[in-house]
Amino acid sequence: MKVKVLMGNTAVAEAVRMADVDVVSAYPITPQTIIVERIADMVERGELKARYVRVESEHSALAVVYGASASGARVFTATSSHGLLYMYEMLWWVANSRLPIVMAVVTRAIGPPWNIHSDHQDALTVRDAGWIIGFASSVEEAFDMTLQAYRVGEDRRVLLPVMVSLDGFTLSHTSEPVRLPEESEVREWLPPREPLPFKLEPGSYFSVGNLGPDEVTMELRWYVWRAMERAKHVIREVSVDYARRFDRSTHSLVEEFKTGDARYLVVLAGAWSGDAMEAADMLRDEGYPVGVARLRYIRPFPAEELRELATSVRAVLVIDRAVSMGHMGVIAGDLVATTRGKVVVKNIIAGLGGVDMGPEDFKSIIKGFVEEYESGALDSWFYTEWYMPWVRGR
Amino acid sequence: MGLVYEPVDLEREAFEDLRGFIEKLLSKPAPGSAGRTGAWRLYRPAVDAGRCIKCGICWLYCPDDVISWAPKGLPIIDYSYCKGCGICSSVCPVKAIDMVLEGE
Amino acid sequence: MLRELLILSRGGQGGVTASRILASAAALEGRWAQAIPEFGAERRGAIVRSYLRLSDKRILRHSSVRRPEGVVVFSSRILELIDVDKVIPVDSTVLVNSSVRPRLGGRVVYSVDATGIALKLGLVIAGWPVVNTAMASAAARVFNIASLDSIVGALGEYFRGKLLEVNVEAAKIAWGEVA
Repeated sequence: MKVKVLMGNTAVAEAVRMADVDVVSAYPITPQTIIVERIADMVERGELKARYVRVESEHSALAVVYGASASGARVFTATSSHGLLYMYEMLWWVANSRLPIVMAVVTRAIGPPWNIHSDHQDALTVRDAGWIIGFASSVEEAFDMTLQAYRVGEDRRVLLPVMVSLDGFTLSHTSEPVRLPEESEVREWLPPREPLPFKLEPGSYFSVGNLGPDEVTMELRWYVWRAMERAKHVIREVSVDYARRFDRSTHSLVEEFKTGDARYLVVLAGAWSGDAMEAADMLRDEGYPVGVARLRYIRPFPAEELRELATSVRAVLVIDRAVSMGHMGVIAGDLVATTRGKVVVKNIIAGLGGVDMGPEDFKSIIKGFVEEYESGALDSWFYTEWYMPWVRGR
Repeated sequence: MGLVYEPVDLEREAFEDLRGFIEKLLSKPAPGSAGRTGAWRLYRPAVDAGRCIKCGICWLYCPDDVISWAPKGLPIIDYSYCKGCGICSSVCPVKAIDMVLEGE
Repeated sequence: MLRELLILSRGGQGGVTASRILASAAALEGRWAQAIPEFGAERRGAIVRSYLRLSDKRILRHSSVRRPEGVVVFSSRILELIDVDKVIPVDSTVLVNSSVRPRLGGRVVYSVDATGIALKLGLVIAGWPVVNTAMASAAARVFNIASLDSIVGALGEYFRGKLLEVNVEAAKIAWGEVA
């Protein structure tokens, strides 16, 4: 295993090469573009024997890999922000058609105003479609999660598309050491895709998703629902297997940071989680018993893990980089539902539009939360606050 | 963390689901999958063999694929499934197809 | 221990690549490193910030560097465009690409004539002297980031053939001349 300093985008492209995909189709958009540029280079130089299909839009990109995946190919696409939204209709077709497409989403704010920096709003618009949604927190994890995505999505017990989210710029353009496994080891761990029981090809007469009775729609959604439940087990299994094979620490649906003796739990996802962990470390030195639960997957939602973690602390702080307007932060809403009101939850909305969030920011947020709880001020069941220190009174 | 999960036979459940969703997701084309749609017809297309120039345009346009035609031959309409939409009649360049009211 | 540096360059000068070369060089020596470019609407000529973090263990944070202990300035003219006291902490060490060493309040300042080195070696792309390898090498020495051998090793990950040779030469000269 050699260590190489790679950008997040390059690491994903490298994982796609090692996964030996057959068809790639994408449309460029910042900050994702480098991934598919690299892959196009690899195809051109013969380092990856795949068909690279250029298209005129993201909608077509996903449609191309949809068809290719239905014919049995292993496929990849990538996008960001407005590009993801342009795919929206196809995202649902892919999920209900049970095609194990892997897509990297380099997260980026949605306009207006135009903004190329990261928040999680784009990725989380896909929350309810039936895609498995993972969030990487380091360059190495973006690499790992891409490989794991194929094993999880293509597993017969799952057969669902998988989205690997990585924060725009803070991961996509950041260079960090990555422990790269040998290609032969990866090929062994990730064999070619198993054929589906059906194959869309010239000469075979059937259609996918033709007009049917209303009950068929409901039943297909029910099958996605069941597959998503099974995906939890498969993700746990694949994560452990990958960690053992490639010498990584084992985190499956949730990474726990100093949660063992924690009295307060911080929950969040994505590249900024490390900043929150450093803040928790600093606060521990000051005597605050804080732990962090980083969600590696938001769909399927790690309800079992979080319920156990959340009910063993005094209060939970969820820091969200995406909002469900009219309710609360996206993760906070899910967590509150999962804990059935048994836990005091405070929700902070922060870092929208890529607003920089460092350890000092997390420290002040977490400290404020603990002090609020201990002074008895955190008496409501849950509430949401926006962290905007540059605005007076926030 | 000592989580205990419900023992689910994932393999078996997945196998049953696979059969189930594939049956619901895929459909094979077959004649008359919606029944004998000829019964929906109010007007019947009638080909005047004397005027027909055997061009095949009616065959090309029929949305339900119920006209058979071979080059230089007369079109043959399958009345079991023809819904009587009249497109063949309206595209015929020599007006050789009349729409005739069916008796009740 | 965590160390944080800031690189100030103009779009097109290769400041981002310099931070990556330094990260690669540190990684070759078995340390953890992180190179983070700060992208916005920058175009050729605009000021671009990039950050470099170094540590003996895995770095968890991914936010931008707010209080760098060292600042690398790719052109002395950048100093005229920024609010020096706001951007460059008073207790930081500064390395400037300049033929004369500028004074920056009480800060410890080093300089190297990276532009001169690039011109001498014909390292010019689209009319611009390419100063990033010379600056990376000088920074490696001033801030004790990596050895010259590691810098040369890291350059091999970014350049090939003739271009690699010239860049290695630039790195060696800058390593010797920075003061």
